[in-house]
Amino acid sequence: MEKGKLSPIVRILLLAGAIALTVSIFVPIWQIDLDAPQYPEGLTLLIFSNKLGGNVDIVNGLNHYIGMKTLHAEDFIEFTVLPYLIGFFAFAFLLTSLIAKKKLLYVLLIVFILFGIVAIFDFWRWEYNYGHNLNPEAAIIVPGMTYQPPLIGFKQLLNFGAYSIPALGGWLFISSGILLVISVFLSTKKKSSTRHLKNLQ
Amino acid sequence: MKKNQVLPLYVLAAVVLLGTYSCKPRNAGSAVTSGAAEKAYVAPGKYDEFYNFVSGGFSGQMSVYGIPSGRLLRVIPVFSVDPEKGYGYSEETKPMLNTSHGFVPWDDLHHTELSQTNGEIDGRWVFGNANNTPRVARLDLTTFSTAEIIELPNSAGNHSSPFITENTEYVVAGTRFSVPPDNVNGDVPINTYKKNFKGYLSFISIGKEGQMDIAFQIQCPGVDFDLSHAGKAKSHDWFFFTCYNSERANTLLEVNASQKDKDFILALNWKKAEEYVKAGKGKKVAVKYAHNVYNEKTHTATSEIRNEVTVLDSKDFSDLCYFIPCPKSPHGCDVDPTGEYIVGSGKLAALIPVFSFDKLQKAIANKEFDGNYEGIPVVKYESALYGEVQKPGLGPLHTEFDGKGNAITSFFVSSELVKWNIKDLKVLDRVPTYYSVGHLCIPGGDTRKPNAKYVIAYNKITKDRYLPTGPELAQSAQLFDITGDKMQLILDFPTIGEPHYAQAVSADLIKSKSVKFFNINDNANPYVSKGEPEAKVVREGNKVHVYITSIRSHFNPDNIEGIKIGDEVYFHVTNLEQDWDIPHGFAVKGAPNGELLIMPGSTQTLKWVPDRVGIFPFYCTDFCSALHQEMQGYARVSPAGSTVPLMFSTGKNLPPSDSTSAK
Repeated sequence: MEKGKLSPIVRILLLAGAIALTVSIFVPIWQIDLDAPQYPEGLTLLIFSNKLGGNVDIVNGLNHYIGMKTLHAEDFIEFTVLPYLIGFFAFAFLLTSLIAKKKLLYVLLIVFILFGIVAIFDFWRWEYNYGHNLNPEAAIIVPGMTYQPPLIGFKQLLNFGAYSIPALGGWLFISSGILLVISVFLSTKKKSSTRHLKNLQ
Repeated sequence: MKKNQVLPLYVLAAVVLLGTYSCKPRNAGSAVTSGAAEKAYVAPGKYDEFYNFVSGGFSGQMSVYGIPSGRLLRVIPVFSVDPEKGYGYSEETKPMLNTSHGFVPWDDLHHTELSQTNGEIDGRWVFGNANNTPRVARLDLTTFSTAEIIELPNSAGNHSSPFITENTEYVVAGTRFSVPPDNVNGDVPINTYKKNFKGYLSFISIGKEGQMDIAFQIQCPGVDFDLSHAGKAKSHDWFFFTCYNSERANTLLEVNASQKDKDFILALNWKKAEEYVKAGKGKKVAVKYAHNVYNEKTHTATSEIRNEVTVLDSKDFSDLCYFIPCPKSPHGCDVDPTGEYIVGSGKLAALIPVFSFDKLQKAIANKEFDGNYEGIPVVKYESALYGEVQKPGLGPLHTEFDGKGNAITSFFVSSELVKWNIKDLKVLDRVPTYYSVGHLCIPGGDTRKPNAKYVIAYNKITKDRYLPTGPELAQSAQLFDITGDKMQLILDFPTIGEPHYAQAVSADLIKSKSVKFFNINDNANPYVSKGEPEAKVVREGNKVHVYITSIRSHFNPDNIEGIKIGDEVYFHVTNLEQDWDIPHGFAVKGAPNGELLIMPGSTQTLKWVPDRVGIFPFYCTDFCSALHQEMQGYARVSPAGSTVPLMFSTGKNLPPSDSTSAK
């Protein structure tokens, strides 16, 4: 095989990553499950690449008690940009798979990781702002209490237990990152991997 | 006599005494065997297996219980006003209780009947009858509320109702208190009963969406039509009605209607009646009756007065109606799951006659008649009789079926349930009820496919069964496990009003269809406010329309001024919530009216005519949130001719409108 070129298996992995990213544009990426004694059936906030889903209105109705701003998709620039950004990465995965150049793959990894970090920071900032910028005239003010949901995992916020986890799209996004890492791994250890593959044959 | 000869006598006496004592009937408590509690126990948070729709009798309502726990789940207002729910008090629900006599706030609901498809319960609707001012109601089982009520002309004492045909083609209504028809002069001497009084049977057709329409009425002789049931499978085309007072007495019926040894079961071929009506053989008669429909989109009922029914006279058609003699003032009239056996229950009889549909058909074909009664052929008793259950008990009333070839009959006088085999007519088991059972219910027990896990007895008398509550005591239901050979009492629980007939159905058929709230965007009430920006107060002459919204935990507007004595104020309250189990209530001080209870996404209106000048608080009556107590507002009422302008606000004070507030 030509030096600096990607192996077929890596190209397939990248193609899979491209498909996973494409799908993640249309399904919920993150979900925050809320549980309270009054909501045994639970409430769910779904974060899509371009909108909010789930029980947004009910959550907004409840949040006015603690003075939290109501959630509106149009207040977030992210929802306009995110589908294109993910689309861009899906395209980049596809392009890397087609051109099959190792250099491109490494650049993609770095940019993708940077994007991931920025996205997680942005999400955290978003949660921080909502959890901390409270209306001082709110009906319920608990001194020292803020309502920032967890980035990932569980946190008790007054009577609500908030459980924040990636949804299908989030898992697809993470999977494409893992595929990317594996691709880089396979490409840097090409010799051993081809030998390994030959052994398998 | 020697001492040792006397001793055995003492022993014998003691044994006899002890024996007699132990034979004394035990109290009711000991009738409960072990394991009963476990069978009726539904753990907190767990669902019951069956919904039980129980008639409320003179409460006019229908209650819904969970079986086997006996927990009361809901009381659905049907024929009586219910201030708790605003039913009959809100402007939107008042038309539901309209009749040709005007607004009637009460009735007596005796029987419930779940809609069927192919002779099985389909879980769409449940029907109820009004016995006093004759009506039939249809209740929607997605909202558990009354959807439609139709009044019945030419009728009185609508008792043999609302029994239905196997595909809910028709719901029937009958006349227990025969009267002169509506379109003739009713100003006649009461003792001309025999000549002037008639008993009408009504067939109400049920449309795809449940719409009720009186398809036709059949004029029958003036007797007391009591209960009825539709045929099944092979007897699908037929309906069976019991009647008493074939003596046609108009006074002291207790004695005068109990003279004859036999009264009748009327066998009526409704398919034939349908054909005759289609062929234009019916007579159009001018009458007046109300038809009321609740619209789920406008959240408003409308009442329409209709003016005509089609009547067939039973004696004009030789193949429409037949009387079968039935002993001793028959009450219940129940058809077994195969449709072959028709069980009549004479209230004063000491046997149960079982009629055969096949034999009846043969007797009709061979004209095995015993003359006629008011122009209707009377089939010979023996020609239609399959057999009699001998010595079943005293005072049989109603029968339900277990689908395994057995019937269970309630006995009022001997206060017991008796299980017997339909084929060999032998009694299999009996259990006492506490006390004087009327109706009974096996889930699906009057359909082709009974779900015979339990039988529930509905008792008329409770006496010492519960803690005493003064002269008026609760009536009760008793639950028996019938999965074994022996009926086993496992629970009794008090009921609302007086339970007559009831039906039960597997919860799985209904629970998943339950509506959680109404979509506010679909709300087509002309007075809706779809959001707080639409809240307003509008004056139209002396009418003040307050478009007010409710959402946790405030009203908008909550300060209203400019109402004057002489005004009619209409509070149109829209509950903006779009969440499950968040109704809001609404009440105003001094309003001679009920409250409103507004479901999420709906609009209800309270009319209020202030009777004095002052400040009138209003508030939310249904605890809705942690700040429910804060959900309140004020309406200011000024004297007639006052110049206080109409104003309304929430959350901020408007500039003072007059000098009083400037001080």
